[in-house]
Amino acid sequence: MTRRERPTHPLIELTLARVLEFVREPEAVFWVVVFPLALALALGIAFRTKADEPVYAGVIDGAGASEIRTALTSAPGITVRVVARDRADAALRDGAVQVVVLPGSPPTYRYDATRPESRLARLAVDAALQRAAGRADVFTAGQQRLDVIGARYIDWLIPGLLGMNIMGTGMWSIGFSVVYARARKVLKRLAATPMARRDYLLAQMLARLVFLAVEAGGLLGFAALVFSVPVRGSLITLTVLLLVGASAFSGLGLLVASRPRTTEVASGWMNFVMLPMWVVSGVFFSSALFPEATQPLIHALPLTALNDALRAVMLDGASAAAIGHELAILGGWGVVSFGVALKVFRWR
Amino acid sequence: MTDRAPLQPAVLCRGLHKRYGDVVAVAGLDLEVRAGECFGLLGPNGAGKTTTIEILEGLLEPDAGDVEVLGMRWGADDRALRQRLGIQLQETQLQEKLRVEEIVRLFRSFYERGPSVSEVLEMVELEPKRRSYVGKLSGGQKQRLAVACALVNEPDLLFLDEPTTGLDPQSRRHLWSLLEAYRRRGGTILLTTHYMDEAETLCNRVAIVDHGRLIALGSPRELIASLEREAPPRPQSAVPSATLEDVFVAHTGRHLRDD
Repeated sequence: MTRRERPTHPLIELTLARVLEFVREPEAVFWVVVFPLALALALGIAFRTKADEPVYAGVIDGAGASEIRTALTSAPGITVRVVARDRADAALRDGAVQVVVLPGSPPTYRYDATRPESRLARLAVDAALQRAAGRADVFTAGQQRLDVIGARYIDWLIPGLLGMNIMGTGMWSIGFSVVYARARKVLKRLAATPMARRDYLLAQMLARLVFLAVEAGGLLGFAALVFSVPVRGSLITLTVLLLVGASAFSGLGLLVASRPRTTEVASGWMNFVMLPMWVVSGVFFSSALFPEATQPLIHALPLTALNDALRAVMLDGASAAAIGHELAILGGWGVVSFGVALKVFRWR
Repeated sequence: MTDRAPLQPAVLCRGLHKRYGDVVAVAGLDLEVRAGECFGLLGPNGAGKTTTIEILEGLLEPDAGDVEVLGMRWGADDRALRQRLGIQLQETQLQEKLRVEEIVRLFRSFYERGPSVSEVLEMVELEPKRRSYVGKLSGGQKQRLAVACALVNEPDLLFLDEPTTGLDPQSRRHLWSLLEAYRRRGGTILLTTHYMDEAETLCNRVAIVDHGRLIALGSPRELIASLEREAPPRPQSAVPSATLEDVFVAHTGRHLRDD
């Protein structure tokens, strides 16, 4: 029997095994690579900088209705729809119209103050009717439309989507594969070998970083091509940030997966950890919307740190030093959760 | 295999105890497996075989008792000990999306010494299947792969927990010849089994355990002979002499063990 030194380092073999397992699972590839791109496309189209959308004004039939219709129709940017009196509130609720005008002297505006587009429609309709009734504009203001690259909503949104993806795929892919391996007793079998237990956990993180290149590269390339979303900071800074961010969420994924015996339990914990961050960490809307007292907590969360830093690097061209604080938060989450996961990890 | 004093036992355990809550799994078990022998642990379901073998493998901690494996103790130098052990567990389902050779290469990477991946695959006759996915293997092939993973380091001591349960007769015999070959190379085997013919074929000595206690110990021939002395086989029986199965039932009773 020939005796040779060990062929490859176990860390490399473990990482390779995980990468191969992943790429041979077409569904996993879909959720990690294709789905985020589809989501970005859908959101990008929904929130693209549009030509002025008209406001939809409903006019209730009755005495004086035709004068109001004429006045509104001739005003720019207003589309008029006639609504029956008993359908007015339903039309407002469903968004068919944003304001309803009840003819009269003076007319009455019915609108939903909790919806910005409804408040906007009320102002537009009021201005049009006042003008038709003879009010003269005192001056005509100059207009500057914000469709500068780097200042649009889509520019703000893409880094948040990237951060959300790094969190989601990092936690799901690691969490599920680890818990699945535990349920099938693969972990127990590995624990019966001289394999360093740290190597197994590290391999999960390393494999995750291999997928990160595809995932982040795909989303950023797509956003640049389709929506011209810029990357103003250095690519090296961005790469470092992505690696540190992905490590933080891999560590969290390992921690969440360190004990559960079934994927059902693991997915409950995953949602418990991720859901608050989806809401407060500035993915779709700014985390500044939450009360002042909660801000220190929100900014200690890894997704907030990652999103803030991604926006700083991509949109403001921040340097590595400028995002040092966020990098430290992410690194801290990664190191602490990895350490705790290794300590409490269930191998049987 | 490393040279060592021929008389040092491969496994030595004294006064082993293990309980799960109210259930006593092992109740004061003493065992000695000699270097170079194939030792069988027999017992009905729930007798404590798997608990015992997993304690010896260092995967479970006993509540009390002394365990020595290859002259070493668990908790002192586990990784050095693991380098010399081969282990097949009862319920492991290896990664289905990996190929046979990838699995063997992965396990091989954990050990400092041992045969090459191709040599291991030849040993278990999986060479033609080396590019197959684990998920596509038959039950017998999966079991040979599990044994291959246990042999990648050419271990001094091989632990097998019900290695042939659920296999067809061809696969069982194939595995037996594999284990015979390993033993001829100087290896020591500790296995658990439900099959008396397997124990008779493979084992130099067997221990029958029930309720976590040792109730009979000896070579299959000795045990059969002692049963025949106590209760000679019925004259009208079609089988001319007692079998190890008769010994087993005489010791562990006839009631069903469905737990």
